[in-house]
Amino acid sequence: MAKAPVLVGGFELPSGPRLPRVGSVDAVALEERAATLAKRSIKRESKVQALELAIRMMDLTTLEGQDTPGKVAAICSKAMRPDPVDVSVPPVAAVCVYPSLVGIAKERLAGSGVKVASVATAFPSGQSPIDIKVAETRAVVEFGADEVDMVIDRGAFLSGRYARVFDEIVRVKDACGEAHLKVILETGELGTYDNVRRASLIAIAAGADFIKTSTGKISPAATLPVTLCMMEVVRDVHAETGHIVGIKPAGGIRASKQAIQYLVTLYETLGAEWMTPDLFRFGASSLLNDVLMQLRKEKTGRYQSGDYFTID
Amino acid sequence: MTRLSVKKTYKLYIGGAFPRSESGRTFDAAGQNVARASRKDARDAVRAARAALPGWAAMTAYNRGQVLYRLAEMMEARAADLEAACSGRSEVEAAIDRTVWYAGWADKLAQVLGSSNPVAGPYFDFTIPEPTGVVAILAPSDPPLLGLVSRTLPALVGGNTVVVVAGESAAIAAVELAEALATSDFPGGSVNVLTGFADELAPWLAGHMDVNAVDVTGVEGPTVELERAAAENVKRVIRADADSQSPWEISRFLELKTVWHPIGP
Repeated sequence: MAKAPVLVGGFELPSGPRLPRVGSVDAVALEERAATLAKRSIKRESKVQALELAIRMMDLTTLEGQDTPGKVAAICSKAMRPDPVDVSVPPVAAVCVYPSLVGIAKERLAGSGVKVASVATAFPSGQSPIDIKVAETRAVVEFGADEVDMVIDRGAFLSGRYARVFDEIVRVKDACGEAHLKVILETGELGTYDNVRRASLIAIAAGADFIKTSTGKISPAATLPVTLCMMEVVRDVHAETGHIVGIKPAGGIRASKQAIQYLVTLYETLGAEWMTPDLFRFGASSLLNDVLMQLRKEKTGRYQSGDYFTID
Repeated sequence: MTRLSVKKTYKLYIGGAFPRSESGRTFDAAGQNVARASRKDARDAVRAARAALPGWAAMTAYNRGQVLYRLAEMMEARAADLEAACSGRSEVEAAIDRTVWYAGWADKLAQVLGSSNPVAGPYFDFTIPEPTGVVAILAPSDPPLLGLVSRTLPALVGGNTVVVVAGESAAIAAVELAEALATSDFPGGSVNVLTGFADELAPWLAGHMDVNAVDVTGVEGPTVELERAAAENVKRVIRADADSQSPWEISRFLELKTVWHPIGP
């Protein structure tokens, strides 16, 4: 019987075919690193710059059963001109809606440069037949979505059927055509950082343009450590292959302070090249008001009140 | 056996907790190191007060009165500590009596300050007092305890939530009072007590867009700049006596709203 080659230090390579090793994540070090980066103090001009960048990176999101064309129209107005009394505030990157509301968003945002993103593939659970998911993706692209946010099949992932997860992403990517594909891992359901790393690699290998943390429908949604874990995957993939992928933390980011912590972590992990809306997005609904309040506080020197900003 | 006594740290009272100042600063008040609040502590206190407002304002008037009465009980129990922090026994007794007096007003405000108005049409027409919102109080230093109680309680009893900045020389009294407040069933954040330099904090509170009224009774000297800052969001500006007791003190912190209701068949 053939013996597997022995490596230095007496380690044996497995003899049978197996998945490529993804390495394990040092959870303690990862959380420590994220906590250290979260402590950095960003003030005054740097803060204003970070807040404006955060707005330009924002996917202003409304994903509720109660969404109406009117609600989406209001969100679109806000996306194009976040602060009605301050024209220096830039528009957001995109508006993210359910498939049936893509048409109205597209119409409202026409000519503004703000993109329309749509969730697809039986968001948020992803528990539908693949043909339906592909058809839904085709439909939203046809309605005019510039970006598609798909969810992975966590049921398949958690039961070890990684190939199925991979194949689904490949088919959805194919259905996207020109539209950008963001792959939602729903890290809150994956359980471990090792799983997050594995799922990120699968998504990137299958053709994701962006990897996204969460649907925002379950808790925990995006956290700084889990986003750092995904950033490190993107960094490693880039170092090894030169392939560039974007990242989108979503859900639970409500305060400007948090947004700035993500930007610091992004800069320290992936560098200035990733500090652009093309490669980093925030999925958020209530973050925008807090950023606007902080910006106005920096400009007026007064602490602000929610009474003077829109109720979304 | 000898034992080490436990030394007290004089801290702020924000959102139902006793934090040190986020700035880490302290100042000397009557020989004690007391937390010196920064503008960020003031901001946090306003945020806590805003969050507590809907709950406190929605409590029944009877219930609010019970909480104030409970404060009187707690002050009675801590009378010795309070006495050491102010001019003495008679001031503590006056402060406790005044607390009970304001507790009694909680469920009588609408009857006395409100009205049923005669109108030329088939309507009931009511005028009802409502809380103004978040109130910042720059409390007088003298009398230390009675001044704090006299300015803070009229605002609280009407359903407002309060951020009170104690005068410098009333800092110890303020911390003692905060400890009584913390054990009196006031929901966390409904009343917040800051110690420090009022000169430093007042402009931030007067300019804060989420503060709806500012009481400048404790400010020495002109208040023009504060009033100008307060005008930006049309804050109610209140100046009163340091040691007054009247239902009109309560009404200063209230808004009167009129409701027209059709008379049904």
